[in-house]
Amino acid sequence: MGFSLEGVGLIHANGFRALRGIDLRIAPGERVALIGASGAGKTTLLRVLAASLRPGEGRVTLLDGEPWACAPAALRRLRARIGLVHQSPPIPPRQRVVTAVLAGRLGQWPLWKSLASLVLPVDPDGARAALARLDLAERLYDRCDRLSGGQLQRVALARVLYQQPDLLLADEPVSAMDPALSELTISLLNEEATRRGVTLVASLHAVDLALRHFPRVVGVKDGAILFDLPAAQVSDALLRELYAAEGGLPLAGGLRALEPAETAGELPPLRCA
Amino acid sequence: MSTAVRDPAALPRLGWTLVVLVLLWPLLRLTDFHPAALFEAGNLTAMGNFLAGFLPPATAPDFLSLLGKATVETLAMATAGIALSILLAVPLGLVLTRSLSIARLGPGRRGWIGQSLRAVARALLAVLRGVPELVWALLFVRVFGLGAAAGVLALGITYGGMLGKVYGEILESTDARPARALLEAGSGRLAALCYGLLPNAASELVSYTVYRWECAVRASVVMGFVGAGGLGQLMDQSMKMLNGGEAASILVTFLVLVVAADGLSELLRRRLA
Repeated sequence: MGFSLEGVGLIHANGFRALRGIDLRIAPGERVALIGASGAGKTTLLRVLAASLRPGEGRVTLLDGEPWACAPAALRRLRARIGLVHQSPPIPPRQRVVTAVLAGRLGQWPLWKSLASLVLPVDPDGARAALARLDLAERLYDRCDRLSGGQLQRVALARVLYQQPDLLLADEPVSAMDPALSELTISLLNEEATRRGVTLVASLHAVDLALRHFPRVVGVKDGAILFDLPAAQVSDALLRELYAAEGGLPLAGGLRALEPAETAGELPPLRCA
Repeated sequence: MSTAVRDPAALPRLGWTLVVLVLLWPLLRLTDFHPAALFEAGNLTAMGNFLAGFLPPATAPDFLSLLGKATVETLAMATAGIALSILLAVPLGLVLTRSLSIARLGPGRRGWIGQSLRAVARALLAVLRGVPELVWALLFVRVFGLGAAAGVLALGITYGGMLGKVYGEILESTDARPARALLEAGSGRLAALCYGLLPNAASELVSYTVYRWECAVRASVVMGFVGAGGLGQLMDQSMKMLNGGEAASILVTFLVLVVAADGLSELLRRRLA
């Protein structure tokens, strides 16, 4: 249930070339971090992996199927098995948290069940359990416009946990959270992927988080892959080259951040922001 | 000021403003628009005499009971017509909504099917609303004979065309990202509509529908000409008998209905906000 990209290139409708010659093969159950300066093509790459952008060049194989050769119904089933955590949570502000989380299974539910759930949530316990892992259980029946940016991001994560996808993708899932919460959230994603044996690909702005939590790190620069290495082999020189345009390394945890892994257990427990 | 910081949109903006003004001027000349004529002495007295004929409003008990019955008929006709038009407008409006198109994800390969469907729906809606309701009514009178049935059907068709177009456009102008994210996770179109678009668009849709219902109440004046009953027919009779007082009472009734529709719309918007 991994995926492979062969020679994938993509030019956006406005003529901007976002990806060029991407070769990436990820085995089932692998956990990979994407790092790189903003505008490097991380989001585009994740959207290609989510079967939401069709690249103009190259071949995409996801979960052992070729999404762009599939019939529409098969493509829909494939998409239901892929969960993408968006950078800005695509949740209508007027929606209640419970509805936003249950929406994770719309791809698996028949239409009548989806509509019935709008009248009376069909699985509030399931939604509550997903939220509880992010310490948001007590906000189950709140409206999403009453949450902070970081809380909304956790609701979006809870939606994907509830979806239980075979391919878990996350696009800067902690961009609105403070360092301690980011740490715990990234641990949670990794733990979920390991426990269910599914593939995890996350783009991260904070290099130290990527190096600490992911066995494999892919550096993206100008729409191409600069390096694809085990976390331990990512050198300072490579990082400096990756972020040459930004003039410094983006870190979540300050000066000590690049030192060897500390476990999340030493951090304060997850609290509701 | 250097050329580098000049707003590139300023010149086109000025140009378009001038174009609009230049186009508007001959149109005003064409329609013989001389607002000063309103305030010439002779015209003022002529209007005054005409309006004085409406006073005082008729309050005779048997006329009021007639008025009450006609009001109920008009409300029934407007409501039935709007219900019919919603039946037409919802499916056509959904077909028009590009943000609910699954083939546009990627974009996929069979986008032309959806595009041609949308073009057909757009043309169909144009025909439905392009023919004035009076013409539809005159057509249906030949089938159903004089009476409310022809009026209801005519209202339903014309207003179906208007509602369908505006439903489509409201849904298009709503933030498309929530629905898109759901479609990308394998959800169907209707579920994506209910979970992704309606939370943001519901109050707008309801307010436009109530406004159209208000218009349908007024349109019943026209329906009076085909003997559809209601306030329109009563108005027709009063005007033919030059009974200004009765016409004034009918106008007051219209005013009350419009204010009531406004209140209803406000109430529903507040409930959905």
